[in-house]
Amino acid sequence: MPVEIDVDHVARLARLNLTDEERERFRTQLGLILEHAERVREVAADDVRPTAQPVPQSNVFRDDEPEPVLTQDEALAGAPEVEDGRFKVPRIIEAE
Amino acid sequence: MTEYEAVVGLECHVELSTRTKMFCGTPNEFGGEPNTRTCPVCLGHPGTLPVPNRQAIEYTMKIALALDSEIAASSLFHRKNYFYPDMPKNYQISQYDLPIGSGGHLEIEVDGQSRRIAMNRVHLEEDTGKTVHAGTTGRIAEADYALEDYNRAGVPLVEVVSEPDIRTAEEARSYLTELRALLEALGVSDVRMEEGSFRCDANISVRPAGQTEYGVKVEIKNMNSIRSVERAVRFEIERQRNALEAGETLVQETRHWDESKGVTLPLRSKEYAFDYRYFPEPDLAPVEPDGEWIDRLRKGLPELPAARRRRFVEQHDLDPAAARIVAGSAEWAEFFEEAVGLGAEPRAVANWMTGDLAALLHENDVSLSGGRVEPRHVADIARLVADGTISTAGAKQVLAVAFASGTAAQQIVEERGLAQISDESELTAVIDEVVAENPGPVEQFRGGKEGVIGFLVGQVMQKTKGAANPQEAQRLLRQRLS
Amino acid sequence: MGGAERSERHRSDLCDRTGHELGEMLRAGECSALELTDSCLARIDLVDERVKAFLEVTADRARDQARQIDERLAKGEERRAVAGIPLALKDVLCTRGVTTTCGSKILHNYVPPYDCTPWEDLRAGGSILVGKTNCDEFAMGSSTENSAFFPTRNPWDLDMVPGGSSGGSAAAVAAGEAVWALGTDTGGSVRQPAALCGVVGFKPTYGLISRYGLIAFASSLDTVSTFTRDVRDAAILLSRIAAKDPRDATSLPTPFRNYGRGMEDGVRGLKIGVLRDWLGEGVEPAVKSAVEASVGRLQNLGAEIDEASLPNAEYALSAYYLIAPAECSSNLARYDGVRYGLRSKDAADVVEMNMRTRGEGFGDEVKRRIMLGTYSLSAGYYDAYYGQAQKVRTLVIQDFQGAFERFDLLLGPTSPTTAFPLGAKTEDPLAMYLNDIFTIPGNLSGVPGISIPCGLDEKGLPIGLQLMGKHLDEDTVLRAAYAFEQDLGFADRPALIQEAAA
Ligand SMILES: [Mg+2]
Ligand SMILES: [Zn+2]
Repeated sequence: MPVEIDVDHVARLARLNLTDEERERFRTQLGLILEHAERVREVAADDVRPTAQPVPQSNVFRDDEPEPVLTQDEALAGAPEVEDGRFKVPRIIEAE
Repeated sequence: MTEYEAVVGLECHVELSTRTKMFCGTPNEFGGEPNTRTCPVCLGHPGTLPVPNRQAIEYTMKIALALDSEIAASSLFHRKNYFYPDMPKNYQISQYDLPIGSGGHLEIEVDGQSRRIAMNRVHLEEDTGKTVHAGTTGRIAEADYALEDYNRAGVPLVEVVSEPDIRTAEEARSYLTELRALLEALGVSDVRMEEGSFRCDANISVRPAGQTEYGVKVEIKNMNSIRSVERAVRFEIERQRNALEAGETLVQETRHWDESKGVTLPLRSKEYAFDYRYFPEPDLAPVEPDGEWIDRLRKGLPELPAARRRRFVEQHDLDPAAARIVAGSAEWAEFFEEAVGLGAEPRAVANWMTGDLAALLHENDVSLSGGRVEPRHVADIARLVADGTISTAGAKQVLAVAFASGTAAQQIVEERGLAQISDESELTAVIDEVVAENPGPVEQFRGGKEGVIGFLVGQVMQKTKGAANPQEAQRLLRQRLS
Repeated sequence: MGGAERSERHRSDLCDRTGHELGEMLRAGECSALELTDSCLARIDLVDERVKAFLEVTADRARDQARQIDERLAKGEERRAVAGIPLALKDVLCTRGVTTTCGSKILHNYVPPYDCTPWEDLRAGGSILVGKTNCDEFAMGSSTENSAFFPTRNPWDLDMVPGGSSGGSAAAVAAGEAVWALGTDTGGSVRQPAALCGVVGFKPTYGLISRYGLIAFASSLDTVSTFTRDVRDAAILLSRIAAKDPRDATSLPTPFRNYGRGMEDGVRGLKIGVLRDWLGEGVEPAVKSAVEASVGRLQNLGAEIDEASLPNAEYALSAYYLIAPAECSSNLARYDGVRYGLRSKDAADVVEMNMRTRGEGFGDEVKRRIMLGTYSLSAGYYDAYYGQAQKVRTLVIQDFQGAFERFDLLLGPTSPTTAFPLGAKTEDPLAMYLNDIFTIPGNLSGVPGISIPCGLDEKGLPIGLQLMGKHLDEDTVLRAAYAFEQDLGFADRPALIQEAAA
């Protein structure tokens, strides 16, 4: 059974504007892909530990030593809009 | 009438005072021109990767150890995903179900009573940049646009979360005071609330006393001093209690503390619930400290404020209130111990420090290290009073002068002629004069009016411009009139 | 034929030689780095309008670099193996001052302020960058048709895809536009296009080459990998870029060293496990027979052959299509129109700006995977999807460990098919995903894998043979691949090249 997903909610979480056509197509395609992907539940038993990294390591750190920084101009070089040495964005409505 | 009980949990964010940021070598410094302390990593450039700062990990473990938290054998960084323009990657590297420290407690004191507040967790994450909401009115909701500065983005941030164990605004204040002192003693943060290196949010609910289930939880943000946390918690408890008494239903929400109005106000409600989609940060390996590493850190812990307080009470016989102040910070404790080390009586040193010295510092708005008074001054003053060289009044003068000039106490006593006259022959001459000039009172005293002695001693003091040792003067007067 | 003309002929095919051959020629003074670079640039001029391997050709920069190498060569100072050899970089690898787009509109104008570590190492070794190559947007795809700019074509047949996502790099090496190239392999994105373009594609152990400056698609799978004309070149290139990088916490604590030790020792006594399950349904007959013939060849060379299996590999594709999108949904969140790249204009507020920028800036496949990953990580689904997929990953790793107790190497096809026509699978994501069915297990487990040409199908399209080895046992993989390559003597080249040389 293809999986039913709330495309609007997911698109909102992912901050993706979708056209009506995309929304419909993704609803169908993602449903089919997830149906296929659900096969992972067939094999992965409770006693199997998840693996996040193909070659596990631990305690990889760096020393607390300063390194060169970007100048303000370099930092802002790619910015779509700038004001007073800062990145300018449209107003923020949402709290948090 | 139902009795209500408040349930408060505090969540503190502490910026660590490492030399560099959490995941890159960019210097970690407060202030500076916007976007001058960034590199491709902390600006979230494509292709960059985080590498954890060992010092930040150690600082976090020290905080956890100082709070008696358990250090996880294996701890993980997770990604907390949400969009906000002050966050360069639109996810925060944080910790989720495997924080560095779990459990533990912090001992606080309210009205001379000790209480243990249980800790929930100590975890490490990265700070965000800073947003300026620009526009005509200055109110966020009415801003025309926003500006982003990423100097602070990626600064190591430790989250210290208490259990909902706090019951009153006073306890909240004590908790924060204690935590700040502990962090200061560890030397891991500047703990300056006004600069944002120590920030606090509170979760508050109210329930009928005796009820075990929690009430409706409200989160309070935007408190930027310990005092404002105390005020906000007091206000919010009261607000919730009044609402419940009036039969209103409370809603789970986030409220904002308005410092000038002294009230909490609801934040604009969110359009949809946050869904952070936590998952293990694939760019980082787990933190797995061995016993040796933990032991080394544990052995290196300095004496913490609570232990110091206990020691001052036991070893120096201070009363708990004085001990709390004197042991409250490393600066004060060191000052105290140095003065005591110079041979002064501990209780006297504590009295001078918590009384006149604290008042002078407060009036002049300086810190102990910012003033000119040194432990030697206080030790000398205590000793000079104890051996009768100067009076308490004279000592106050010496302290005030030393505070302003830094001059040695002995020198001040000499220059200002503050030494008391205790010499018998000198005093006897003055007493003779007083007896001769006041026949009436002398008769009254001899006639059994005991109280008149005070008047006669006062005359001696007047003639010596206050320099006579009053105890000695009285003894000699009695001897002369008997 | 006059002398000048003969010399011109000679120069124009410099770009078709191997890196090690050219290195010797440079050091012997038989050609200059500038001549060699010009030879590649001339080839690009000649064929790239049709192949479309490059998003940007850095001709001036390449010539400047070449002149510097020639100065060192003239003084006899130049001994570095990669010095003077023209290289192409997939456009997901950051190059300071050179636009790096990831094949995406959202980064169409992005100029990185830093170099990725592999390029930094190569540049320091005197490598010459001829350009940035086309790829599927953010490396998501198996045909290079998901590039926001244009599809790349297979030099063997311009109606066919070159594979992907590193199709531009594969095609560039196959067509003589670069001597060698770097790509990235997340689910087969180097091995599969190498197979489809008839070149050698080598994905080393995860963590052996730094990912710093590789624009992330799926962090726990992304592996910088090489395209070369032969196995010896793969060893040379790898030796220059494989070492611990303090800027990548997942890079392994290994020092620089020469890979390909004992490469000429042959396969006698090596135990090679043949993945029989990978030669069944869905595998083209030509691929099947070429791989079977390869097994026979290795056996004749003295390898001990037996059947092997990875029982959970059939679930690997499903796990991959949960893990990779989940990581991608988070990795690509930074493209929000605030700090760099595209910004959609005139949005009323920042949320609308983010949504429109991303809606306009990302292509179909990227959106699909971001949606998939966002969904599978969202509240209530994590355990069912991402959590389960990471468990499958454990099982796949255990399968490899089990197999490597019996075998030194595992063998199978690289891809179930040879190159397919443009447009053939673009409407069916699941069919496209099946291209990676034999390469994905190597990414989930992080083991080294190589694809080497092992023949042509009936249409004259190349077929790839895949060999996989134990973690950090690159030497054994290279040794077997080299023995096979020497024995087979695969000498076919795309018709395009013969045409160019004519
Ligand atoms: Mg936090
Ligand atoms: Zn930085």
